[in-house]
Amino acid sequence: MRSTRAESSDASVCVAEPLLDIRGLKTWFKTDDGMVRAVDGVDLHIDRGETLGVVGESGCGKTVTARSVLKLIDMPPGRFEDGEILWQGRNLIPLEQAEMNKIRAREIAIIFQEPMTSLNPVYTVGDQIAEVIELHQKLSRKQALVGAAEMLRLVNIPHPQRRVHDYPHQFSGGMRQRVMIAMALSCQPKLLIADEPTTALDVTIQAQILELMQEMKDKFGMAIMLITHAMGVVAETCQRVTVMYAGKVVEEAPVEALFGNPRHPYTQGLIRSIPRVDRAAEKKQRLEAIAGTVPSLLDPPPGCRFASRCKHAMEVCTRAMPPLKEVGPGHFVRCVL
Amino acid sequence: MSGPQPSGETLLSVRDLRKHFAITGGVFSRVVDKVHAVDGVSFDIAAGETLGLVGESGCGKSTTGRCILRLIEPSSGEVLFQGADVTKMKTDALRALRRDMQIIFQDPYASLNPRLTVGAIIGEALTIHNLAASRQALEDRVVQLLETVGLQPDHMRRFPHEFSGGQRQRIGIARALAVEPKLVICDEPVSALDVSIQAQVINLLEDLQEQFGLTYLFIAHDLSVVEHISTRVAVMYLGRVVEIAPSRDLYDNPLHPYTEALLSAVPIPDPTVKRKRIMLQGDVPNPIRPPSGCHFHTRCPIAKPDCAQRVPELRESKPGHWVSCHYRG
Repeated sequence: MRSTRAESSDASVCVAEPLLDIRGLKTWFKTDDGMVRAVDGVDLHIDRGETLGVVGESGCGKTVTARSVLKLIDMPPGRFEDGEILWQGRNLIPLEQAEMNKIRAREIAIIFQEPMTSLNPVYTVGDQIAEVIELHQKLSRKQALVGAAEMLRLVNIPHPQRRVHDYPHQFSGGMRQRVMIAMALSCQPKLLIADEPTTALDVTIQAQILELMQEMKDKFGMAIMLITHAMGVVAETCQRVTVMYAGKVVEEAPVEALFGNPRHPYTQGLIRSIPRVDRAAEKKQRLEAIAGTVPSLLDPPPGCRFASRCKHAMEVCTRAMPPLKEVGPGHFVRCVL
Repeated sequence: MSGPQPSGETLLSVRDLRKHFAITGGVFSRVVDKVHAVDGVSFDIAAGETLGLVGESGCGKSTTGRCILRLIEPSSGEVLFQGADVTKMKTDALRALRRDMQIIFQDPYASLNPRLTVGAIIGEALTIHNLAASRQALEDRVVQLLETVGLQPDHMRRFPHEFSGGQRQRIGIARALAVEPKLVICDEPVSALDVSIQAQVINLLEDLQEQFGLTYLFIAHDLSVVEHISTRVAVMYLGRVVEIAPSRDLYDNPLHPYTEALLSAVPIPDPTVKRKRIMLQGDVPNPIRPPSGCHFHTRCPIAKPDCAQRVPELRESKPGHWVSCHYRG
């Protein structure tokens, strides 16, 4: 993919250096059964101020990719087998803990799916936000607490001055996710990684949180890497999308192109397998399911990882992994078709 | 009180069903408060149809499903299955009834006994209800059931941990079908599954309904899934049904402001579709002390002062389309 992208950028104008550029990343895990190739050669990049959606089903490696960026992977059992994670041109993989800590929160922040387990239950939310501010901005505790209340106000938590002294269990799920966003944004990072931020929330609360993230993006101008399995969320919030399957990127495209003209059979299947609320008036069709299940990442076969479930699979598909090729402006697909 | 009627012959009628969970406290575990999980729910299900039950977490949809089967004892109300009141049945009658009413659970990991083989899990109900004459007959039936849900005959000797989430849900479905039920309560059967697998299971449920003439009560929080599979849909909010209508009617022309907001919040997987979103403020109120009058008035965009005083009745606004709102319909 690197070569393809280099060619395309040569052909057009020279693009600015991306904020984050992941090249050929391989994050593997050693288990009793052998090496699990969770992330197996992933290339993706995020430009300043854009929202990139990373979609895929459970076990496709989207979360491991995100955690690799912040080096939040336990090593062992995990290890970086190969690849580079270039943050503003600087490779993060060889960095020591102390160096990484300067990047975490201040430059790249992350919010998780489950807001209850990612907040510490024995400290007030104010303490937890203030800790981040204190640590990274070298402020006194008192100033940091004022900052924490200000952050709570920004994420539209009512009565921030009072709520800052409350504990996580006193907040609802949606409110906790607001607290997480307040904490993540307290140092005004350039990139926010949101790992399934709304999966645990009800649909009306999900709408509130997605709106809040958009509002915060407009305010702070950060880029967002939105990891999700929900195609609807991607369509409504992202500019560009990367589709992952079994540890590989299978398609990358601007959001309109991905939904308007999906090229990889897996992407096509994903889009067609979702029932659509807005098409209620049309004739009800049978859902197009993708047969079979995700292959094991223990000892993946040499060819295309989707071949065993693909209805267009040919003999060549099982022999070699097809490269990512450009099929439209910024539209890459890993398929021989 | 007569509830919203479906068109066909009624299989199940739920009348003013209530379930209050007691909250105990203090040294003597006195009842200090009550959670009104289900607060007067009525609906009918016709034979052969699918009634979808949607709502956000804590609205009482799962509790309703379990009260119907008496997996949870209802506090009051009637559940009439083919005319007989389930809530008054003694143990024997209830056991016989369970042949006619089965349930499929959300979590395919927690709902299968990890120590039993798949064959034993599916065959258990057959043995309990004396539905197999011999060992051979039992095994034949299990094989037949496995094939019906798209699994292999040799899977019967394996254990649940050897299967993926989607396959386990198929095992759960085979177990429910073993006793040839009339009504199957599907409690969030696809919400733990990935989208591509979700479609497989939805298609399977639709095929089985056609093949065996099953009636479903389909409980889910995902409105697009419910719309797809249901004949009619009931929307719940804080223990009460706020709207019931034929599926397409509900989605094309929602009457209750809550239904409207819920529908507009569902993200559409198409970036070219731009809709006006009705943003609801705040969270669902605490069901221990639900708001007075209409439960929705605290978040309702069209609430008027008397919504806090008067409880709206579920009334028929158009044929088959029932809504509980003072100002809509």
